Amino acid sequence: MITVSDFCVVAGKFRLENVSFTIAAGAHAVLMGPSGAGKTTTLEAICGLRAVESGRIVIADRDVSAFPPAERGIGFVPQDGALFPHLTVRENAAFALKVRRQSPADIVARVNELAAQLGLTQLLDRRVTELSGGEKQRVALARAVAFRPPVLLLDEPFSALDVPGRELLREHLQRLRAEERITILHVTHDPSDAEALATQVIKL
Amino acid sequence: MFHNSRPFLAALAVLGGSYVLLIVAMVAADVAYLGGRLPAVMTEVFGAPEIRDSLLLSLFSCSIAAVLSVLAGVPLGYLLAREKWRGRGLVEWLVDIPVVLPPLVVGVSLLILFHVKVGTHSIESWLNGHGMRVSFAVPAVIIAQFTVAAAFAVRTLKLTFSQIPRRTEEVALTLGCSRAGAFWRVALPQARRGVLGAFTLAWARSLGEFGPVYVFAGVTRGRTEVLSTTVYLELSTGRLDAAVAVSLLMIAVALVALGLVRWLGKEDAP
Repeated sequence: MITVSDFCVVAGKFRLENVSFTIAAGAHAVLMGPSGAGKTTTLEAICGLRAVESGRIVIADRDVSAFPPAERGIGFVPQDGALFPHLTVRENAAFALKVRRQSPADIVARVNELAAQLGLTQLLDRRVTELSGGEKQRVALARAVAFRPPVLLLDEPFSALDVPGRELLREHLQRLRAEERITILHVTHDPSDAEALATQVIKL
Repeated sequence: MFHNSRPFLAALAVLGGSYVLLIVAMVAADVAYLGGRLPAVMTEVFGAPEIRDSLLLSLFSCSIAAVLSVLAGVPLGYLLAREKWRGRGLVEWLVDIPVVLPPLVVGVSLLILFHVKVGTHSIESWLNGHGMRVSFAVPAVIIAQFTVAAAFAVRTLKLTFSQIPRRTEEVALTLGCSRAGAFWRVALPQARRGVLGAFTLAWARSLGEFGPVYVFAGVTRGRTEVLSTTVYLELSTGRLDAAVAVSLLMIAVALVALGLVRWLGKEDAP
């Protein structure tokens, strides 16, 4: 579950005030709004990447408002994926598990499981710079959910994809939500994403 | 349209090309000067123990200076590229001083820094009291080379870090890294080629350093002699052949280093 209450973010001249919403556990919420409304800023603030002036952020019953990003338990997929270009697909997917010093056997098992779920098995040893846009987004998804966060935040994950790529990623997202039992907050400006995926729509 | 632009491009090529010609002509003149004597002179010069020592000290001091330059350049380059802090502009300005300062002035300033007395001691006398000698000894060679080379390393590394998207580090934070962890696991590996480039540039710059070495470390044959001071010593004793031979070696090393920096820069491009 994600609860954001009365939160206010100031970035230069930009000001986002009194944002409040609650997303039920396991829901797929779509956050919509015109360009410049503060959608990305909202995601960054929930992740802890942007300072919040006031308000509370509760993730899975923990008030994380004062936590650093590392301790919030949030998987984050930024708009461009921001994969680590010096690592392979496998190393990208395993990143959070290595940071948590999980055993090599557990890391291999989890990466293989996610690769199977997201259709990445054949790509595991490729460099991420060699991947297509859709493949990159799936790797970014695998990397974000590998450490089993209760919450996944997606910033316009379909923006660089063609129609078939979009359809495929939508299917993967639906399956991921069901199998990982993860709560998703998804920023988009495309109403068809909301129609296809959303259990809840939030407007900024 | 194309025809009209030809005279203009030709004029640019002539004006710009004259400088390229000067560089090529300088190297060609060095080779032509020695001509057929080149192999014999090279053998004689590099058979001389003092020049071999000078070559070894050059390799040693440049390597240490380059390592120190990277050690200073990585944190400073990162801070200048990534963080907004009060005084950043001033620090950028200060770091550029060794680049624009006359080399002799760097040497004089180092000499003064180590010998000016604060209370009863200077840095040099304090170090002497602890059994270390800096001025007119090997450490002075390294410090003189480092002082200038590090400025180039900082510039290179600042550019490197500013070209790495901040987003990857932010994602690393959400994946469980501390700020330091994100730096080690994500920013620094991506800057790998920039670090190598900064090292190579600092190394090559150290090899060519003469002014600060001359003033701060002196040009004592066999003690603080590096290749650049060898050229000076050979010239001042009228041994032009040896000076040209050592110069050719330095040109060759510089070309290799430059090639390496260019290759690393090209490979780093996304």
